[in-house]
Amino acid sequence: MAKYLLIETRDPFETASATWVHPLALTLAIQHHEVIVFFVENGVFAARARAITALLEDLHAVGVELLADEFSLRERGIDISHRSRRVASADLDVVLHALADGRTTLWH
Amino acid sequence: MSTAAKTLTFVLNDPPFESARSTTALRLIDRAVRLGYPVNVFAYEGAVALAFAKQSPHANAVHGRDTAAEDHPTTKDWIAGILDDAARRGVPVDWVNCGLCVDERGVAESIPGTRRGSPADLAKFIGASAGVLVIPTH
Repeated sequence: MAKYLLIETRDPFETASATWVHPLALTLAIQHHEVIVFFVENGVFAARARAITALLEDLHAVGVELLADEFSLRERGIDISHRSRRVASADLDVVLHALADGRTTLWH
Repeated sequence: MSTAAKTLTFVLNDPPFESARSTTALRLIDRAVRLGYPVNVFAYEGAVALAFAKQSPHANAVHGRDTAAEDHPTTKDWIAGILDDAARRGVPVDWVNCGLCVDERGVAESIPGTRRGSPADLAKFIGASAGVLVIPTH
């Protein structure tokens, strides 16, 4: 079982390419790999409670851990009441420790 | 194993003052230093201007603010701050600007603590790092 960290920076409402993370994370998780999706910058718009819940629910259902950069959330005024219950707030340490642990990390 | 034993390499591509990616990259590098991770940076293409020493803050005539009031941030000052902090903590940071990219852009005057290099340095960085993060342009 391999470990992956997928970093999504793009606003899903700005570009369709921002949803690349969904099929990739879903496929990896179904193949029993350990996957974290980390939303940062405008990518955190995907973490809003009323945004694209079906995509997040799909990922949650197969065990993908969904995290959003706390700084990016604050910058955009997305507090806990507006955040999907499937997405946890996290800081950049997640990325650094993943790199240090040799987790395959992709930035989009 | 302590963080000091695990070097992290960041590969930067974006020029300064263009996108949030530069800010996030510097946030990551700053935090890595605070956690004690030795850091390598390979800046190429437009990212070689991130540490360009001749960056200058400016006034804002539209809003009637002078240079001091505008307090315009520059990436070279942020990088200098990271390098100073790393030196105080004894955390190694090796910041390399791709020489060909520097020459193309005429930005050879880089702040102290950074150096000119080549893709050969990146190859060495990759071989010596626990993890590598490539932050590409869109």
